[in-house]
Amino acid sequence: MQSKRERAKIGRERLQRVIEMCKAVEERSLDPFLVDVDEIIRVVREFFPEWEQPEDLCLDAEAINRLASVVRLQSEWVKHRSTLLYTDPFLLEEKIKRMEKDAIVEAFLGAWHPIVEFEQISLHSLKEALRYWVSLPPLKDRWKEFPMPEEAGGAATREELIRLRILQDKAFTEELENFWNELKKLVSEEGEDGRIRYWDFVGAETYEETTHRAFMTSFLVTYGYATLEVHPLEEEIFIKPFDRQQRRIAKKQLVSIPIAITVEEWEKWRRGAKK
Amino acid sequence: MEERSKKVSKRKAVYASKMKRAVHMLFYRRHKKPGVKGWELRKALGADYPKVLSILDEYLKPLDLQVKMVFEEEKPKSEKPALEELDKARFYITLRGDLTPKEAKMVGWRIDDLAGLAITIAYIISKKGKAPRKEVEELLREKLPGWKVGLNIDRYIRYGYLTQDENEQLYLDWRTRAEVDQKALIDLILSK
Repeated sequence: MQSKRERAKIGRERLQRVIEMCKAVEERSLDPFLVDVDEIIRVVREFFPEWEQPEDLCLDAEAINRLASVVRLQSEWVKHRSTLLYTDPFLLEEKIKRMEKDAIVEAFLGAWHPIVEFEQISLHSLKEALRYWVSLPPLKDRWKEFPMPEEAGGAATREELIRLRILQDKAFTEELENFWNELKKLVSEEGEDGRIRYWDFVGAETYEETTHRAFMTSFLVTYGYATLEVHPLEEEIFIKPFDRQQRRIAKKQLVSIPIAITVEEWEKWRRGAKK
Repeated sequence: MEERSKKVSKRKAVYASKMKRAVHMLFYRRHKKPGVKGWELRKALGADYPKVLSILDEYLKPLDLQVKMVFEEEKPKSEKPALEELDKARFYITLRGDLTPKEAKMVGWRIDDLAGLAITIAYIISKKGKAPRKEVEELLREKLPGWKVGLNIDRYIRYGYLTQDENEQLYLDWRTRAEVDQKALIDLILSK
């Protein structure tokens, strides 16, 4: 007899497999009829009474959602096959490979009706253009509206840029790496499962400092020093540092996660942190 | 009796003037893409613009031209589209009949490029309107020099025959929808 926990584990694995299979059909344009919808529904129904945790219910919902997409693809597939346009791609490919260029062109010309369009100046547009030209002030008059700055430009020093807050005192990469080390240290001291609550990391004594830390954190995530874990149901966000900087995987879809750093949120966090 | 004939000739004059306006709008390019949207025609010609276009179509018949209507988004639910559906369609003037291979050269196409376009369109149609660029390139490489294949596909995209997404999947674009009778193309290829 399987324990409840074991059964839930098996159920999770099966739902995960269902999701992966439906995803593969969707993304790789495979035949949607490879998916046995009845069997999947049976699996989903079988394990549904086991789910108590929100994550499991989310997994169940995702499996159903993916399955719905496959059913939609099946319907499109049937529609396409029932149209007069359906042709077996292999048959067509073979035919095209065997055909001479001239024959292909001849076939295409029988179905091609190119658009007719003129690109020609008319007397009317010439007249309009002349009228515009007459009313257009000379360039020297128009440029008077934008006087050139009298001060001659020169090179700014590094100190001046720091004073203007364009440059930081430290090099940005150095500052980012220090910030990353700070995150790793904090996670090892106060974190759980190698992660820490987002607000516990970015929150600071002043609002200005908090926004600066949030700004730096966004670079930590973008440049692969850390990642964000978002739990929408619990409305919680965690930040998890990587041991080594991760290189971006080119094919992986990047996702932007907007996080509002409002004064209200900051005050709420401060009240919570002081308790 | 005289009054009735006056009314008829006045109506004729109104339609003649609307037809002229429609010819100007349809033949001369107004935007980046050729063609005119239904709502633009309605604004310029009035709510009876479908009637104006059908009269114009009759006039163009002996010249081997036609008014072509293309639905870019959703296709109309019934055979006779409603005015709101027509507003979203795009109208073009296209050749009614076929070009001969000699004439095709005159409109600026080399036979190789035209054959490549025909193969690409036919292949995408057979793949339900979407095909990976790599597969199309492989197919074209059978008969076109390798260096030309990529350039040709880019050219088809630039002209509006094809479009490509970030996953390098090719789709048919607005110009194919406007110019190519997709069913006729497949039938003609398969019957050769």
